[in-house]
Amino acid sequence: MIRLSRINKYYQVGGHPLHVLKDLDLEVRTGEMVAIMGSSGSGKSTLLNILGILDAYDDGEYWLGDTLVKGLSERQAAAYRNRFLGFVFQSFHLLPFKNAVENVALPLYYQGINRRKRNAMAMDYLERVGLKDWAEHLPSEMSGGQKQRVAIARALVGQPRLILADEPTGALDSVTSHEIMDLLKDVNGQGITVVIVTHETDVAAECSRTVRLVDGQFEGVA
Amino acid sequence: MIPDSWVELWEVVIRNKLRTFLTASGVFWGMFMLVLMLGFGNGLRVGVQKAMGGRWATNAVYIWGGRTTMPYKGLQPGRSIDYDQSDIPALMSEVRGLEHLAPRNQLGGYRNGVNVVHAGNATNISVSGDFPSFAEVMPRVMEKGRWINELDMAELRKNAVLGHAAYEQLFERGEDPIGAYVTVNGVAFQVVGLFRSPQTGDRGDREEMALHVPFTTFNNAFNQGDRVGWFAATARPDVAASDLEAGIRRVLAERHQIHPDDRQAIGGYNSQEEFERVENLFAGIRGLVWIVGTATLLSGVVGVSNILLITVRERTSEIGVRRALGATQLGVVWMIVQEALLLTSVAGYSGLVVGVAALELAAYYVGEGNETMGPPTIDLSVALSAVVVLVIGGLFAGVIPARRAAAIHPVEALRS
Repeated sequence: MIRLSRINKYYQVGGHPLHVLKDLDLEVRTGEMVAIMGSSGSGKSTLLNILGILDAYDDGEYWLGDTLVKGLSERQAAAYRNRFLGFVFQSFHLLPFKNAVENVALPLYYQGINRRKRNAMAMDYLERVGLKDWAEHLPSEMSGGQKQRVAIARALVGQPRLILADEPTGALDSVTSHEIMDLLKDVNGQGITVVIVTHETDVAAECSRTVRLVDGQFEGVA
Repeated sequence: MIPDSWVELWEVVIRNKLRTFLTASGVFWGMFMLVLMLGFGNGLRVGVQKAMGGRWATNAVYIWGGRTTMPYKGLQPGRSIDYDQSDIPALMSEVRGLEHLAPRNQLGGYRNGVNVVHAGNATNISVSGDFPSFAEVMPRVMEKGRWINELDMAELRKNAVLGHAAYEQLFERGEDPIGAYVTVNGVAFQVVGLFRSPQTGDRGDREEMALHVPFTTFNNAFNQGDRVGWFAATARPDVAASDLEAGIRRVLAERHQIHPDDRQAIGGYNSQEEFERVENLFAGIRGLVWIVGTATLLSGVVGVSNILLITVRERTSEIGVRRALGATQLGVVWMIVQEALLLTSVAGYSGLVVGVAALELAAYYVGEGNETMGPPTIDLSVALSAVVVLVIGGLFAGVIPARRAAAIHPVEALRS
């Protein structure tokens, strides 16, 4: 599903290039649930952004399925994000003025699906995360766990190949964290590849595999 | 079918009421003020124009007799110049650009009146002998009856046309003056018409304190022979009043043996200067309205742009999410520009409607208006073009914030 080969990424910091990712190689097979761990500054956010086609890398190759993600135009990148990927963020990032079902339907809006159909599909996915009764509620009326469920439904609604989760439990208490991890495992159980960036060991423990990023390199890989 | 993007846009706008209201109110206010100013500018112009009495002020010439100051063709200076009726056909045929000529005689001299009596009421008003053409030079609004006509002139009828202000002095309230007699220096005249001046204020009152009788009757009744006291004339629309005055002077100077350079021998006044002053005044009003109006509109547009800029900052995370979910940069730009367009056009149109309503209300209270202020009005085409300008302004207002929005990197937007 994911194949990274010799990925390098530099940032310009105060006129000096900072080597953030150093010759990264990584392979994630379809249906895997992989945790990427690392302390802050290890480069894990950068890696997630590259995987999420939100940021470009300087050299190497990134294969997503049978598609080479490299040198994309802005429009292509947007289309790939929309069709291949689902995002789950630490602070949910639901649109505050849209209710749950509208938030879930948003990716379908960018696929050009008509309103009635996308709301029906969104309702379907809300039901799967157990929030059918909350469809008309605004995010401000929901708990953190509920918001993250809505966000997961939003990530799933476009039927992506890959779910990218950035500290999905970072803002939740331990009980709710557990529920969210169970939900993500369910998703994974349906055959969708999941990549979770986290610094919590018990989150990583729930995944099928863990890779550790230290100073821009995978520990033990080299 | 309404496009989906419009529904999406409408939802963004309607669910963010405070933001929408703040953005729209700037434009609304700008448009409202512009409409008010254009309206009151118009009202001011109409009011001033009315006080000037329409065309009266714009192309009239008055010529009266003076005293020579230069010797000419063996004649000594100090000779008093008097006109007579033989000057009339000469002027009519020889002066280029003459539209109407109204020879006049007046009792008591310029701006002086004489006693006029009716049924024990007496008042001091101006009494003049006039040609029918005088009504062309100085327009009158006939309230009752008629103006002097050719038959009055030919038959030396002792008819008279009375001004409204004079009527109020001589007659009881509600009394019909038509057919009644008024006495001037022992000569009785029958009133055949009652008029009002189209001008307002002092000038109008002065014009209405008057009694006009046929020129021929006047000269006969008051022993004027064939004397003409002075001439009132108007120039054709394509001829300047100052040129007409020069033409009349040339003809009269030749007929009365006056040195061509003798300015004192012939008294004259033309309204060219006044005309130009009024033109300048109107140009000034127009200019002021445009300058202030443009500035108001501009500030409205800048206001929209400003609030949208703040909005974009506030929506950083929303825009980041939309980008992550598949929105393109162009899509984000278009979203912001559409929002700006929607807000400016709706708010601008509301401002227009409310502004026009306010003008209507003001017009209702101002009514016919007075010397300086007519009813405020606005040209529909002017108002609509202001809306178009506003919408184009809205487009530009949206561009800067939209570019800022497009520059938002989803990575940074989603980090918090």
